[in-house]
Amino acid sequence: MNPAPSVIIFTVLSGLGFGFLAWLCSGIATPDGLHGLLVFALGYGLAVGGLVASTFHLGQPMRAWRAFTQWRSSWLSREAWVSVAALLAAAPVALGALAGREPGLWGLVAAALCLGTVLCTAMIYAQLATVPRWHHPLVPVTFVLFALAGGAILLPLPGVAAVLSAGLAAVLAIGFRIGDGRFAGAGSTLATATGLGRIGAPRVFEQPHTGGNYLTREMIHVVGRRHAARLRSIAVAGVALPALILPLLPPVAGVALALCAHLAGAFAARWLFFAEAEHVVGLYYGRRPLPEKG
Amino acid sequence: MTCLPGYTEKKLGLVIDLDTCVGCQACVTACKGWNDQGYGVPLSDQDAYGADPSGTFLNRVHSYEVQPDDGAAQIINFPRSCLHCEDAPCVTVCPTGASYKRIEDGIVLVNESACIGCGLCAWACPYGARELDAEAGVMKKCTLCVDRIYNDTLPEEDREPACVRTCPTGARHFGDLGDPDSEVSRLVAARDGFALMPELRTRPVNRYLPPRRKDAREDASLLAPLLDLQAQGFAGWLDRMLGKMG
Repeated sequence: MNPAPSVIIFTVLSGLGFGFLAWLCSGIATPDGLHGLLVFALGYGLAVGGLVASTFHLGQPMRAWRAFTQWRSSWLSREAWVSVAALLAAAPVALGALAGREPGLWGLVAAALCLGTVLCTAMIYAQLATVPRWHHPLVPVTFVLFALAGGAILLPLPGVAAVLSAGLAAVLAIGFRIGDGRFAGAGSTLATATGLGRIGAPRVFEQPHTGGNYLTREMIHVVGRRHAARLRSIAVAGVALPALILPLLPPVAGVALALCAHLAGAFAARWLFFAEAEHVVGLYYGRRPLPEKG
Repeated sequence: MTCLPGYTEKKLGLVIDLDTCVGCQACVTACKGWNDQGYGVPLSDQDAYGADPSGTFLNRVHSYEVQPDDGAAQIINFPRSCLHCEDAPCVTVCPTGASYKRIEDGIVLVNESACIGCGLCAWACPYGARELDAEAGVMKKCTLCVDRIYNDTLPEEDREPACVRTCPTGARHFGDLGDPDSEVSRLVAARDGFALMPELRTRPVNRYLPPRRKDAREDASLLAPLLDLQAQGFAGWLDRMLGKMG
């Protein structure tokens, strides 16, 4: 799949923002006063900035409001609703923090909605049976862990962040390994795609067109797989590093460094999430699944 | 509404005969021609006469080589377009309701004025049936020529999809696959028609007819018994003598 920068920036930033807001609303460590309000503003900025970036890949951004209508069947529509609900629900918590009030039960509702937004974002990808690497329960788990770990680093909750970062690195590494076998495991081949398997082994004789088209650019995208193994190491190391940095370094420098490492890992992981994902439509064009890594 | 209707009164679709398709691309051209002036925005091209031409098409014809266990390889031309699935994943993922399946005939359509061009339906389709038009920023797909098949101003023989009407070898058939007595349903039953990627459980309406078995080449001639000639007389004596000398 095409790793479009707008979608990578959107999922990383809004994931971090909503994870941060979820921690702020939970009442575990809610800062108060003007400082509290500014901290909430940072969360809002990340979450809303990410959502705005997501509209850049639309063909008709002015009609984006229509995405609120199909919540009964569409995860993208549910994401629209839950994200707005989360941003509205967190507002009284932020104002309460200014007045020094505890978030209470309402804060937990807002926190759940924030994590629900991240879950909806992940389900947009995880629901697609056409991209076997994404069609797995570990995808939403990874997205939510990214949000929780990133938010905990920002808060900062050093102990919690260290544990979550270590867990995220492990889940990410397992996810890479499981993802490699997903395409072959799904059972779609050129033989099932064309139905010609009943005669013998098919192969592409001639392509239907010599130039590129929307399908080849968007879904049959092959880019940078030469460096995939190196990028995977960067992704896992990046998200794992805060687990070492936070307990060892003094607070301000530690948090800044941990956040940089976490974001570097997050961007590498999210770029790979798209670049390594293979769509079954590639079969018609003779693309084979990536060889399984040992 | 992007919830699937659950049932449709008809299941209009195509039956494509892989035995008779010669890969001439006439259906591709006819589709592009009709949909430049028909339902919705025209199918645009980018850099059409330049170094890197690209464009939106609703139908593409692939060519595959299949190697059977015995005998020579076969070339099979393979037109690929929307299969108007009963469990169309492209419809349920649509956030705006632009993508929908019609109850009256089962056609999967895009209401272009409600499409935000997010591309998620194209991601959800296993068959590459949907292409986002680069000029208009909205999703295009096969409409089964909904603006031809019900069009009373056209002569009756033209009230079928442009690809079917134009096919010079009669490899494309159009009809109601929900009616077991329809011509297309009988064709599918007689020729063992199949659906594409059944493992993804999209339940396509369109069916493909497999290539028929090729005749095996006769290695021995029918005249073989008559060809075993014995030379007589002088020619026979010469034949025997030359054979001994060898």
